Amino acid sequence: MSDTHAESVAFVRETAVPPAPPPMNASGPVKWMRENLFPTWANALLTVAALYVIYLILAATLPWMLNGVWSASSLRECREILDGSTGACFSVLAERWNQLLFGFKYPSDQYWRPTLALVLLFLAAAPVLFIDLPRKLLIFTGIYPFLAFWLIWGGPIWNPIFALLGVIAAYVAYSRVVHRSFALGVLAGLIAAVVVWTLGGPIGDMLSAPKPLLEAVPSRDLGGFMLNMMLGITCVSLSVPIGIALALGRQSHLPIVKMVCVVFIEFVRGVPLITLLFVANVMLAYFFPPGSGVDLFIRVVIMITMFSSAYIAEVIRGGLAALPKGQYEAANSLGLDYSQAMRLIILPQALKISIPGIVNIAVGLFKDTTLVSVISMFDIIGMIRGPILASTDWAGVYWELFMFASLLFFVVCYGISQYSQWLERRLATDHR
Amino acid sequence: MTTLTDPPKESFRPSMLLNDTRYRSITFQVIALLLLLGAIWYLGSNLATNLREAGLNISFQFLGSPAGYDINQTLIPYTSQSSNLQAAYVGAINTLLVAFLACITATIFGVLAGVLRLSNNWLVRKLMAVYVEIFRNIPVLIWILIIYTIMTVTMPAPNAFRGETPTSSMFMDAVAITNRGVYIPAPVWGEGSMVVVATFILSVIGVIAYRRYATNLLYATGRLLPMLWPSVAIFFVPTILVFLIMGSPIGLDYPALKGFNFQGGLQIGAPLIALWFALSIYTGAFIAENVRAGIQAVSKGQTEAAAALGLRPRRVMSLVVLPQALRVIIPPLISQYLNITKNSSLAILVGYADITATLGGITLNQTGRAIECVLLLMAFYLTISLLISAVMNVYNNATKLKER
Repeated sequence: MSDTHAESVAFVRETAVPPAPPPMNASGPVKWMRENLFPTWANALLTVAALYVIYLILAATLPWMLNGVWSASSLRECREILDGSTGACFSVLAERWNQLLFGFKYPSDQYWRPTLALVLLFLAAAPVLFIDLPRKLLIFTGIYPFLAFWLIWGGPIWNPIFALLGVIAAYVAYSRVVHRSFALGVLAGLIAAVVVWTLGGPIGDMLSAPKPLLEAVPSRDLGGFMLNMMLGITCVSLSVPIGIALALGRQSHLPIVKMVCVVFIEFVRGVPLITLLFVANVMLAYFFPPGSGVDLFIRVVIMITMFSSAYIAEVIRGGLAALPKGQYEAANSLGLDYSQAMRLIILPQALKISIPGIVNIAVGLFKDTTLVSVISMFDIIGMIRGPILASTDWAGVYWELFMFASLLFFVVCYGISQYSQWLERRLATDHR
Repeated sequence: MTTLTDPPKESFRPSMLLNDTRYRSITFQVIALLLLLGAIWYLGSNLATNLREAGLNISFQFLGSPAGYDINQTLIPYTSQSSNLQAAYVGAINTLLVAFLACITATIFGVLAGVLRLSNNWLVRKLMAVYVEIFRNIPVLIWILIIYTIMTVTMPAPNAFRGETPTSSMFMDAVAITNRGVYIPAPVWGEGSMVVVATFILSVIGVIAYRRYATNLLYATGRLLPMLWPSVAIFFVPTILVFLIMGSPIGLDYPALKGFNFQGGLQIGAPLIALWFALSIYTGAFIAENVRAGIQAVSKGQTEAAAALGLRPRRVMSLVVLPQALRVIIPPLISQYLNITKNSSLAILVGYADITATLGGITLNQTGRAIECVLLLMAFYLTISLLISAVMNVYNNATKLKER
């Protein structure tokens, strides 16, 4: 067979030709570059321009950063080490590390307390952030605020313990009564909490030892990036429930409730945060009973919480409006009352839709906590502009400090927004 | 056997206030109203007691008394002898000025970055993504401080422009960038300059009228008039002609180095530049995201349908994609403008005399009238934001999908 065949044609290939690689400009990096960097002349120009911009940025920053000095005790010493060449004085970060993070008044032998609180924060936040973790961890999340309060402020341990007991009593009372009606449950919880707190005050005073386990630190001694974190976390976690209440109030059919919520939300959204901080600084004290002396930290927390709860209310209102009307009607037809319908049907869906918006508000709020430096609180910006740049050692070290503050904020904010995108994908239960 | 009967007609019992939906809403509202009034009464009485104890009262008399401080950048006449009210006006106008400038430049930055983020050029796309992420995730306050520091620390002092071999030179002999601000030529309005300005305004109206006429003609008859060159001609020719006929009435006053500082020209202070640039580049990152979302919101089918009708790429953009994308882009854009206006209150940080710095800063500290100043300040911002919301509502109603 093969013989005859061999005679009839001159040449027959008996083995397959080994596959040749595709031409250079149709595959691999060259093709990628042709398509993505130089498809047309105009585009090629754009690429060159972009490369030039990148070169300019790197040329300005890279030598400065790589040549940085980490061991000098003042700017003068740092300049002597550099001896005229460009270079950063990162030693300011090393030398003022604690001031940047904790402020300049926090007792220096107690830095482990806020650090521990931060580490525990991750543990407490984990079950909230990642729903796959065992639900038992939520117990620690419940305890955490009181623990963190005690760790950071110190003082007698009985205050946070009785505060916690009050919350537990409120929860127990609420769960006993809630099957009768939601409103009664809330009322019972409130009464139980108030009873425990009023009883707890004198009992705590009797029990407390003359020298507390942890040294008490007044609020005005807090500072640095710790202050930004504390304001951000406290205000966001307080303002989500308030925001939900405001959003429901704005949607309600009760005209008085609705009017109050609309006026509050529109008023707060219409003014800059800085004016609200002015209120906290110079005006809010007039509204408290004479002699109560509420400290600046709490006044600022009140105003920032008001501010962010108005924004969160608007985001959640969007989520509520995005739900199809059928969901409300279905809940009604099941015979659920208003609070049941909201808790079991409407809010879980509406909150899921609102997650990206809430996270945006949270990131914005965290960035806005730097505004407290305007009312002379020493957060990280306040520390940089005040004690550090005003000191004789480090006057003039702008870029290193600003870069460090920017980096801290960038890491936190970018991390949060990446988390929110992950969560959105995780919660996308429809149209797979 | 069962019978259906009407529910028994009950007489009113107090428990129905909580259990009967007919009365429950009234009960809740009365409770809410009582709580609200109680809270207002409590806060009000605290305020009255505290004010009485501190020997204060609420009065707006201080607005008429002399302010007693100087403001470096004013658009309306102001001296330190002017009243506090005048200082507040200066501040309000400065706020509006920086907000207006920042809105324009932020839109330019944002649209550019947003469009470039959708470019098919990988490098440009990534570069713009980096820009957006960096600026969105770092507080605007830090950006204002950084740019202010660049303006005041790294820019040359005016005396660097002096001497035989100056270390710095002016850009085109007209613009000087110094650590005291940027000096640019100022227009000098000579006699007859108003005629030129009037001609210019008229020619702008003429351009709009011509374009509208051409569009109407196109829709009515299908005749296509040339657009570009007539528009350019109407825009430039009459103004230049009148300018030359009137004998060049508008001149430029160039800044020049005299003594230790620049004289003449227009000085734009470093605080204004820092605030303006920081606000625009920061908000530009947010606008870029809005623009990108808006363009991506127009489905690809629209582009393809327009192409199938035989429209050219440019007309697809201007007639089909942009009108639909703008409907998505404009509402968040306007709320970004609102954010710029509110963020401009950070001027107090760099010493730009906006209303927060004059009324809420120096006036407040000098007179001690905290409550009055903060209330007026809030009223100012609230008015602006309500005005902007009103504009937004008008726009939303005008561009709403007309469903039949």
